[in-house]
Amino acid sequence: MDVVNQLRRQFVDYSTSLHREGILDDQFTQLQKLQDENSPDFVVEVASLFFEDCEKLINNMGRALEQQQGVDFKQVDASVHQLKGSSSSIGAMRVKNVCITFRSFCEAQNREGCLRCLQQVIHEFSLLKNKLQTLFRLEQQILTAGGSIPVIE
Amino acid sequence: MAADSEFHVLAVDDSIIDRKLIERLLKTSSFQVTTVDSGSKALEFLGLHEDDGIINTNTPSVSPNNHQWCLQEVEVNLVITDYCMPGMTGYDLLKKIKESSSLKNIPVVIMSSENVPSRISRCLEEGAEEFLLKPVRLSDLNKLRPHMLKTKIKDHQEPEKQDKEEKQQQPQSNNNNRKAMEEGISTEKIRPRLNGITAMV
Repeated sequence: MDVVNQLRRQFVDYSTSLHREGILDDQFTQLQKLQDENSPDFVVEVASLFFEDCEKLINNMGRALEQQQGVDFKQVDASVHQLKGSSSSIGAMRVKNVCITFRSFCEAQNREGCLRCLQQVIHEFSLLKNKLQTLFRLEQQILTAGGSIPVIE
Repeated sequence: MAADSEFHVLAVDDSIIDRKLIERLLKTSSFQVTTVDSGSKALEFLGLHEDDGIINTNTPSVSPNNHQWCLQEVEVNLVITDYCMPGMTGYDLLKKIKESSSLKNIPVVIMSSENVPSRISRCLEEGAEEFLLKPVRLSDLNKLRPHMLKTKIKDHQEPEKQDKEEKQQQPQSNNNNRKAMEEGISTEKIRPRLNGITAMV
């Protein structure tokens, strides 16, 4: 019993910190609310899809920005737009915010600015992925110990 | 399980994440859901073939093109589509549905991650019932059921052929009032939604 409570408290603290740091926003909470007995792995599934999608888009952006003969900024922007949409849908606030800046550089056809943003996207994405995996691990530990995952408002 | 018949929603979005999300939202709201990743697939599912315009609704005959999942018996009560999609946009899809004599009565809802007033008014003018800002919430989906109910009532009370004029003259007071309100000053239509949007942002 004590182990479960400790884990639950850890989960709440960790979750709260992720929101406080702006890594996750309210949309993530909305996703958690949609998870139930009918769809018990919903959040993990969406997150997995997001990680895959993100990696693909980052690769696309990197390739497009490397083009020596001339960067197709429309193509870069299309990928950024997609990433902005996905990150918004999952509640990945910091990733989304970088995308907003990224799009302005695309519009201005500023290659240096775009490259800087790409680095930021990679950084924020890695951070998010690590943190979410930690969060999911905590959830799993709680469930294994026989407890239930706290609902955070 | 609800005693009344379930509504079937066709959701269209090129993003796999958004498709998963809208599917969960719709199922949580007790709708039956089919998701497709493009406007052209949506039209195929609805039984509208772009080239020959053969429309299959409520006829149990087999479609000449014979797609396995192109079921004529499957009724779609609402189409919810993303606006920004490669190829056929949500707006293009909306237009095609509203231009089709067999599909025009299906309510269409547009979703977009971008709050562009001209985009919103263009969609509403083309006949979209709602314009929802992404990320879509459960509460947004509460707006959908009235549009689907409206169509069901209409289907039961009227013969197959109807045009816009007839719709407005119907003695269905509630539906009429809402329609009249909606077709009022377009800024009125837009402003409440924008207020909702700014509140959300």
